[in-house]
Amino acid sequence: MSNGPLKLSRRTVLKAIPVTAGGLALGLFDVAEAAEKIALPQGAGLSPNVFVHVAPSGEVSIVCHRSEMGQGIRSTLPVLIADELGADMAKVRIVQGDGDPAYGDQNTDGSSSIRTIYEKMRGMGATTRTMLIAAAAQRWKVKPEACEARDHRVFHPKSGRSLGFGELAVDAAKLPIPKPETVRLRPEKELTRVFRPMPLLDGPDYVTGRAVFGADVKLPGMLTAVIARPPVVGGKVKSFDATAALKVPGVRKVIKLPEPKRPWAFQPLGGVAVVADHTWAAIRGREALQITWDHGENAIYDSQTFREALTASLQKPGTVHRKRGDVEAALAKAKKVHEATYHVPHLPHAPMEPPVAVARVEGGTCEVWAPTQNPQAVQKEVGRALGIPPEKVIAHVTLLGGGFGRKSKPDYCSEAALLARELGVPVRVQWTREDDFRHDYLNTVASTLLTAGLDEKGKVVAWRHRSAFPPIATLFGGGTVPDARALQQGVLDFPLSVPNVQAEGCEAKDHTRIGWLRAVNNIFQAFSIGSFIDELAALRGTDPRDTWFELLGPARKASLEELGIEALPNYGQPLAQHPVDVGRLRGVIDRVTRMARWEQRKKDGRALGLAAHRSFLSYAAAVASVVKKPNGKLAVDEVWVAFDAGTVVNPDRVRAQLEGSVIFGMSLALYGGITFKNGAIEQSNFRKGGRMVRINEAPRTHVELVESSAPPGGVGEPGVPPIAPAIANAVFALTGTRARELPLIRTVKV
Amino acid sequence: MTIRIRVNGVERKLEADPEMPLLWALRDLLGLSGTRYGCGEALCGACTVHLDGQPIRACVMPVAVAEGREVTTIEGLSPDGSHPLQKAWVEMGVPQCGFCQAGQIMTAAALLKENPKPSDADIDRALAGNLCRCGAYARIREAIHQVAQASAPKPKADGKSTTTDENVTSKKETP
Repeated sequence: MSNGPLKLSRRTVLKAIPVTAGGLALGLFDVAEAAEKIALPQGAGLSPNVFVHVAPSGEVSIVCHRSEMGQGIRSTLPVLIADELGADMAKVRIVQGDGDPAYGDQNTDGSSSIRTIYEKMRGMGATTRTMLIAAAAQRWKVKPEACEARDHRVFHPKSGRSLGFGELAVDAAKLPIPKPETVRLRPEKELTRVFRPMPLLDGPDYVTGRAVFGADVKLPGMLTAVIARPPVVGGKVKSFDATAALKVPGVRKVIKLPEPKRPWAFQPLGGVAVVADHTWAAIRGREALQITWDHGENAIYDSQTFREALTASLQKPGTVHRKRGDVEAALAKAKKVHEATYHVPHLPHAPMEPPVAVARVEGGTCEVWAPTQNPQAVQKEVGRALGIPPEKVIAHVTLLGGGFGRKSKPDYCSEAALLARELGVPVRVQWTREDDFRHDYLNTVASTLLTAGLDEKGKVVAWRHRSAFPPIATLFGGGTVPDARALQQGVLDFPLSVPNVQAEGCEAKDHTRIGWLRAVNNIFQAFSIGSFIDELAALRGTDPRDTWFELLGPARKASLEELGIEALPNYGQPLAQHPVDVGRLRGVIDRVTRMARWEQRKKDGRALGLAAHRSFLSYAAAVASVVKKPNGKLAVDEVWVAFDAGTVVNPDRVRAQLEGSVIFGMSLALYGGITFKNGAIEQSNFRKGGRMVRINEAPRTHVELVESSAPPGGVGEPGVPPIAPAIANAVFALTGTRARELPLIRTVKV
Repeated sequence: MTIRIRVNGVERKLEADPEMPLLWALRDLLGLSGTRYGCGEALCGACTVHLDGQPIRACVMPVAVAEGREVTTIEGLSPDGSHPLQKAWVEMGVPQCGFCQAGQIMTAAALLKENPKPSDADIDRALAGNLCRCGAYARIREAIHQVAQASAPKPKADGKSTTTDENVTSKKETP
């Protein structure tokens, strides 16, 4: 069937449906009404693909199949399609796609949305446009090339005739769908909505409280659960007593959840759920539970001793993943050897919205509403938990109150599904902030040993990079030695104009669920490399910026041979399209140092620090300024960022991401650090290692985007890595104290 | 116990544990979900509402304390999102994920009522209790300044600040 209605199941967009009077005590989220009002149309019209539908009324529906978590994807992707189509945004409805493989990958992760599907999404609009034009041309008996589509109409300029999209939809639907390779994309200059300021689609809902996040979904008869999970990953419930919990008014039931088996992957952690009429009763009920835990083998996990283990691991050669020249020989011959070990602790996600999910199980199917970065993973994992096929799981995506990688792991959705099945009513599982901190999929803990050999002139002739950290692969049963995929992030792809280079991954055992946090391994690799270059500059008495330029070498596209690697994962993209472009990395360094008056910094009396990093196929450089406050504490008072992401579709949202990356990077640089004692996480809320930067600490921030027609790179993550080393280097510039670990609060007063 | 509160201008009666935080009473019992849960310990400000015009963290305020008092939530700040702060927030693209923004706006609205022309330091002091993990702080500051500049201060006849929110114009029944 080439041109029928979309073959989609129950697609709903989540909107708060105002509940009018009628004796309802609760504001109910009316699912049926929502589906009727805002699902993609099933009736007549043109729908050449699963993303676009043109109704005879002229209404155009466009699916956003990626999750909105603050990056503004709902304000960007559908507009890109509409722009390519020539639609009037006032006549476009944006529909949030449920989980469905028909859309392709929906995992909103890896800064991937625009960079991986920019052309594909334009193609969806272009195909629709091509068919509307073909229908018009047929009716007018003119050549399609003589027609154009804009303002929701097809025009034949020569005769002055025009027809609305709606008038053409039914005829267009009868035509064959053109092959993707025959569909012409508009020249970019013909696009009128993207590449310039674009409205924030969900803005009005955010500021009025109408926006529907995960916890705002309410179903008739729904109960709320709060779960006591094992404090140690792999721990089990030895015994529990629910007597007191069941006495808390409003508590309905106490249920033990199944235990996960290694590898942990996306399974729920198990534990004991307290199910109640409302959240407060569930929280009180959980407090009243008496549970004896068997903590299991990870009870030995202790951050202090683990750090010693990482340091020890770095003393032995690891698995070599990058090799050029002969590092060991060059180090042995070097006039001077400089060595430094850096340490970055586990880091939490702590999105403002803690994990939450609503599930309903009926007749062999399960429906889930959740703030998820990956609805197809919800289908798969909930299906696995319930023993039903993924297609029997309908995964609706609410708005996300932040994600940062946490919400691509749907363990919390499976919890809701298991309880909903057990109880036969819809269940919302609400994670408290304490749960969020204590049961996170943490960014890994890493130690890195950098060794440089200098010749008699001070030139760096050898560079050895050793990293020890439990890799993400361990979450899925993989090995404990970081492989090429784990090291691609800022190590294998770091261009160095140094004749002898070697990068090694060193063994580190996992004792918790290793996840990925915004920018992932780039965080600690950029901190190590960025700090080390600054150390080399200080050692040699050269300017840090010039030292960066010297080590990077001239503008060029670094080949695999030059990098000393056989292949580069390159964030899933071909190297031909997204090379390791030294010119672009140099370009952002040059730009940011000009923005920050780097050369005048001494005259200006400022302590500035510089760092730069390529990640997710984009190039970011940052300069931070650090000052001493009257109370003796150090503060970051100003930050400059130059960013080259190639083609930028929504410049204001990209700027917002970069502004946010400064704050995110500052939080982990200054305060962030999750620690374990007896296998359990010590932090439980926004304090100590969970402390986050607040408005009174927010620096003046300047962001400049490099204008470029290169293919789009990632945006959400690449701004984060250079922030911590830039700050640490500025701290050194001001105080002479070199912090080789994060958070900086462990070394200096901030 | 039975507790009576005026919420967004409407008298509401609810049956609740007097210790239940106002946040959960608003969200779970009154169906007002614009007030967000972020930490439960008054550390993040996502649950900020006005109690008799003063910004408070609803996640640590027992509902019984609100007995007989006036609560204003984001739903009651303006009937249609037309409060100058709400408009500025949208125009200037302040929200990223948007989760904290109801709390930010409620705190900012209370600040502007007390101090119609706040300095950066005033803003920092007033909003330091409101976390934003997306890091929209620079735009929050700008948006508050823009609203402050656009609206000339209108001092009360008696020169005192008022404890009722004059922007609450919605008196119709809301769920």
